[in-house]
Amino acid sequence: MKIAVCVSHVPDTATKINIGDDNKSIDQVGVTYIINPYDEFAVEEALRLKEKLNCEVIVLSVGGESSKETIRKALAMGADQGILLKDEKPKDSFGVARALAEEIKSKGCEIVLCGKQSVDYDNSIVGQLLSEMLNYSCISVVVNLKIDGNKITAEREIEGGREVVEAEIPVVITAQKGLNEPRYASLKGIMAAKKKIIEEKPAYQSESLIEIIRMHKPLPKQAGRIIGTDKSAVPELVRLLREEAKVI
Amino acid sequence: MAKKILVVLEQREGRLKRSAFEAAGTAFKISSDLNLESQAIVIGDEVENINEISKYGIKKIIHFRNKILADYSPSAYTDIISDYSKEVSANYLLFANTSLGRDLAPRISVRLNAGCLMDCVNLDTSSGEIIATRPIYAGKALIDVKLKSDVKILTIRPNVFKAIPLENGSKTEIVIKEINSPNIKTKVIEFKKSEGKLDVAEADIIVSGGRGMKGPENFYLIENLAEALGGAVGASRAVVDAGWRSHREQVGQTGKTVSPTLYVACGISGAIQHLAGMSSSKYIVAINKDKDAPIFNITDYGIAGDIFEIIPLLTEEIKKIKL
Repeated sequence: MKIAVCVSHVPDTATKINIGDDNKSIDQVGVTYIINPYDEFAVEEALRLKEKLNCEVIVLSVGGESSKETIRKALAMGADQGILLKDEKPKDSFGVARALAEEIKSKGCEIVLCGKQSVDYDNSIVGQLLSEMLNYSCISVVVNLKIDGNKITAEREIEGGREVVEAEIPVVITAQKGLNEPRYASLKGIMAAKKKIIEEKPAYQSESLIEIIRMHKPLPKQAGRIIGTDKSAVPELVRLLREEAKVI
Repeated sequence: MAKKILVVLEQREGRLKRSAFEAAGTAFKISSDLNLESQAIVIGDEVENINEISKYGIKKIIHFRNKILADYSPSAYTDIISDYSKEVSANYLLFANTSLGRDLAPRISVRLNAGCLMDCVNLDTSSGEIIATRPIYAGKALIDVKLKSDVKILTIRPNVFKAIPLENGSKTEIVIKEINSPNIKTKVIEFKKSEGKLDVAEADIIVSGGRGMKGPENFYLIENLAEALGGAVGASRAVVDAGWRSHREQVGQTGKTVSPTLYVACGISGAIQHLAGMSSSKYIVAINKDKDAPIFNITDYGIAGDIFEIIPLLTEEIKKIKL
């Protein structure tokens, strides 16, 4: 059996985001990129399944040349094979999902893991789109996963608790923080990953379903207001919450 | 024939959620602005407060009913909504961006060949079509987008579009459709309720604690204040990563992005990824001993002092008011 893990190369969560001159994309100056944090949980889970089920783990990413860094990170953690579906400027989540679906189909992967969302566009839909395109079952936002033969039992996080969901392979699982503790790549893993060849092919192109009108920054909040420096400010805080904000 | 908007209402344990009313009210507003026919869909067993939907202007609600469907089944819900949308040639579908909406909307979008915009915080109809604003990079930036597909799917962020009942509620026709053999290829077999009362993603008031709380044993202070305010407990990434609190409570870029009416940050300095996740809150209170902490740049009411003195007193004062 083959497992596909879909990873995305995204700006570090500690990075400030500024809008570029075209007002439709972000300013790349000073932005450092990392593997999408949720995808790390997906990679880790794939590696654990590999240890258990003795299968092959293929890492896929849709993106530009720089996405190879993220693929290589997953290879260093222990994935077997890396594929870059090259598209310098993916147009939307549909295009990304379609490109991944075509490749996953041709490789015949029956378990697909991805992060529950990319922390760039935050659409949180690629996994679910993929499952429909592939006609696989899908369990999203998973914090606990068990596979027994063909049967999948997963816990997904929802408001106020966890749903325990059952499905069968083939399946798409989207990973939520809490699913596992991602391993650090070993030095040996990093060295081995450097030698692995990342296969590169053009991403399947589909028509974009969205039109970006503009990107902008949220209106700045008024400069912060400090009303006191000790507990004597509490009555005033309560008064403001009650009379000015009217929230209590 | 007028174009149609379908709004999908979520029920849990046989009751429509607050976010369902927000979605219904929003769908009705869009339908008035764009001259659309509006209909609502609910899937489940009995839904006790279904009649309340009439206050939000929706004239017709289709209730797809089966005992098994009281709990979410991704496969069955996807089939039912996709098939019905095709049957009535819906042009727009609207969901609340809850766990259910996030899971379901994209699946249906593939079936309907529809574009899908998630977690919208504003829907502008002034140009005669919908221009959606959605936060990206966890709220560090916003993007205005429109869909080019024939069928358009949108999900709206809970707590942002307020559910305001109309003065003269209309009459709502309820059509019940029994579903005989739902496709439960994927199904929920159990729901494990978490101990905490309210979920940060849905709460109108959130009290969050950070590293300044000094240890998990002090979080009872946060819990007490949250309880006094009738709010949920939140946490910063630092304390979740340290294992003090569950990830379920994490607010910020790798946790939840929230927009409550009141956000109280206690002992949180305000890392970029945390600010991104909560700065769209309507009122922000911060209590932190470091007056230079970045959190104070965005607070409406800050106290630069000792949380261990201030939180208990604040809790007492609020309890007094609420008596």
